[in-house]
Amino acid sequence: MESSLDLPPDEGDNGKTGHESGAEGSVRLEGVTKKFGSFAAVKDMDLEIANGEFFTMLGPSGCGKTTTLRMIAGFEQPTEGKVLIDDVDVAGQPAYKRPTNTVFQSYALFPHMNLEENVAFGLKRKKVGKSEIKKRVAYELERVGLSREAKRKPAQLSGGQQQRVALARALVNLPKVLLLDEPLGALDLKLRKGLQVQLKNIQRDVGITFVYVTHDQEEALTMSDRIAVMDEGRIEQCGGPEEVYERPATTFVAGFIGVSNLLPAVAASGSEIKIDGGPTVSTPEAADFSADERCFAVVRPEKLTVSAADEAPSDRPSVDGVVESSLYLGTSTQMVVRVADDVKMTVLIPNASEAERHQLPGGGSRVKLVWEPDHMHLTSESPEESASADTADVSPDNEKEGATA
Amino acid sequence: MKAWTWLKDHAVNIIAGLALFYMLAPIAVIAVFSFNDPVGRFNFEWVGFTLDAWKNPFGITELTDALITSIQLAAISSIGSTILGTLIAIALVRYNFFGRRAANFLIVIPLATPEVVIGASLLSMFLVYGAKLGFGTLVIAHIMFSISFVVIVVRSRLIGFDRSLEEAAADLGANAITTFRKITLPLLAPAVGAALMLSFALSIDDFVISNFNSGATVTFPLYIFGANQRGIPVEVNVIATMLFAVTVIAMAAVIIQQRRAEKMAEKRADDAGTTGMSMPI
Ligand SMILES: Nc1ncnc2c1ncn2[C@@H]1O[C@H](COP(=O)(O)OP(=O)(O)O)[C@@H](O)[C@H]1O
Ligand SMILES: [Mg+2]
Repeated sequence: MESSLDLPPDEGDNGKTGHESGAEGSVRLEGVTKKFGSFAAVKDMDLEIANGEFFTMLGPSGCGKTTTLRMIAGFEQPTEGKVLIDDVDVAGQPAYKRPTNTVFQSYALFPHMNLEENVAFGLKRKKVGKSEIKKRVAYELERVGLSREAKRKPAQLSGGQQQRVALARALVNLPKVLLLDEPLGALDLKLRKGLQVQLKNIQRDVGITFVYVTHDQEEALTMSDRIAVMDEGRIEQCGGPEEVYERPATTFVAGFIGVSNLLPAVAASGSEIKIDGGPTVSTPEAADFSADERCFAVVRPEKLTVSAADEAPSDRPSVDGVVESSLYLGTSTQMVVRVADDVKMTVLIPNASEAERHQLPGGGSRVKLVWEPDHMHLTSESPEESASADTADVSPDNEKEGATA
Repeated sequence: MKAWTWLKDHAVNIIAGLALFYMLAPIAVIAVFSFNDPVGRFNFEWVGFTLDAWKNPFGITELTDALITSIQLAAISSIGSTILGTLIAIALVRYNFFGRRAANFLIVIPLATPEVVIGASLLSMFLVYGAKLGFGTLVIAHIMFSISFVVIVVRSRLIGFDRSLEEAAADLGANAITTFRKITLPLLAPAVGAALMLSFALSIDDFVISNFNSGATVTFPLYIFGANQRGIPVEVNVIATMLFAVTVIAMAAVIIQQRRAEKMAEKRADDAGTTGMSMPI
């Protein structure tokens, strides 16, 4: 199977220019483990983040994202392993000496200082000249659109405004690496969408390395150069948004990134798989599995088509099933089809016309789900099930369909 | 009938008014009698209005000396107990050490102990160690009984303290000392200020514990108690009224400052929905 974990990031520098800081800002984690008592929040993590990259750590709540970020910032020390910033081992370097700045999940704005003083705090610690502080603070407040509020206290601002102050307070220092812990998590959806675009633009402008933490897969897919999908202290897959979405490496990633449409299968020869209770399909990806190895075929909901059960078989692969439910979503109809007792597939059918929609098979109908072989991708089962034997401190190891956020 | 309805509607106000009158009447009497022109040694009967006592309230040397002693004692002991109490509170909240839970509990015991008991045991302790009773023993005694109050006030503030503010300061390049000076202390200041005022007030009116441990030193409450045997001069009323006025002004300042903080908190809650912010000031 493909393991993108340790590949050096090659799409890191998307032709970005205008590095105001001129700083290099790569981050590397080597075999990092963090234990709280006997509980391991981060397990033997390897990670490589390139200079100028918008890198996202994506995973469900409690999977160790914040802990990883805090080890880079210097608020936690790894139990094992090394953290390197710009190829320098930062072990023993306290937070206040590291070339990183953080945008906290709670913003952590200083309530007794006005916005100007908040933003100037870092520059004052660096003994930057008065006039330059003034200039840079004004510039940064301008950038986030809060010049008029400069003399206000944080408590007098809305949530979205506070978020932007937190960003300005970190960015003004031109850190090598900016760490953002679910910075938009506390905001409502509309505000979040707007700020996502702003954040991405700012990152392009300044060219600083962003390490962004979120549990929102859509946010991760739209903003990131690369995404590390995490679960239970481990990285399940690391790659570009398209790669992670189109070619999830594990069942967990498939489930977390989108709707989990997983057909259990078994690898046959080097070029074929046999879907349980379905056809044999030839695919080059079968080469990643040894003969008779269990795997899952992933087909995204929008890539499946529904046809009547008695329709003549085509040369395209298909499976039979029973429609369980059909939900009108406006632009599309979402249909859930039961293929086997514990296998359900979701299908998204674009709504062209009302007449056409009424033609769709209703609940209880027998149907055939058809797809193009090209749109099928193979994944292996997430390691958590098989790994639980040797780590001993993790989850129930029953068949777990990846939890959707 | 109408009168009855009116009475029913205003019952709460009337009862509250009576209760307030009950509480404030003695103070009013003191203030009013500071303008009295009594005949003889006792200032218990209204004779006539005069400003004599107000013109020269510090004319009685022993009274003035006692007042100065009390103010000095309150200043020293409140500063001492505020520093010690604040440090104890920080230790109790921030550090995990052996016996922390016990210390957290033991620190409130002096609040529940009768003053007579505290005063008597302090006295026997001073005698055991052969300490000379006087201003020094008073300072020790006053710091001792104020610390608990300081710890309780500062500790509650520390428990609600958002640690990520200190992490943010470190993240922005501030070392531990700068972080304490620029972030922790300013945010703790309202609680520390309140603790200082509280222990000052406790010290300046303490009679029972001081009475055991004062030796030849005379504080303001001790002077009044002594004077009571011979007849209290009108000047005592004047100074008591002054002290009361100062206290009222200080309390009003605290309340106004709290109102402002509450208004800011309200405004913040009204603003578009985040719960992410740290704490009200
Ligand atoms: N200081 C700590 N002490 C004990 N357990 C902790 C501590 N910090 C985090 N954890 C645990 O580590 C796990 C990962 O936490 P965290 O990194 O905050 O997750 P995430 O940010 O992905 O939601 C959680 O199970 C959490 O309870
Ligand atoms: Mg977190």
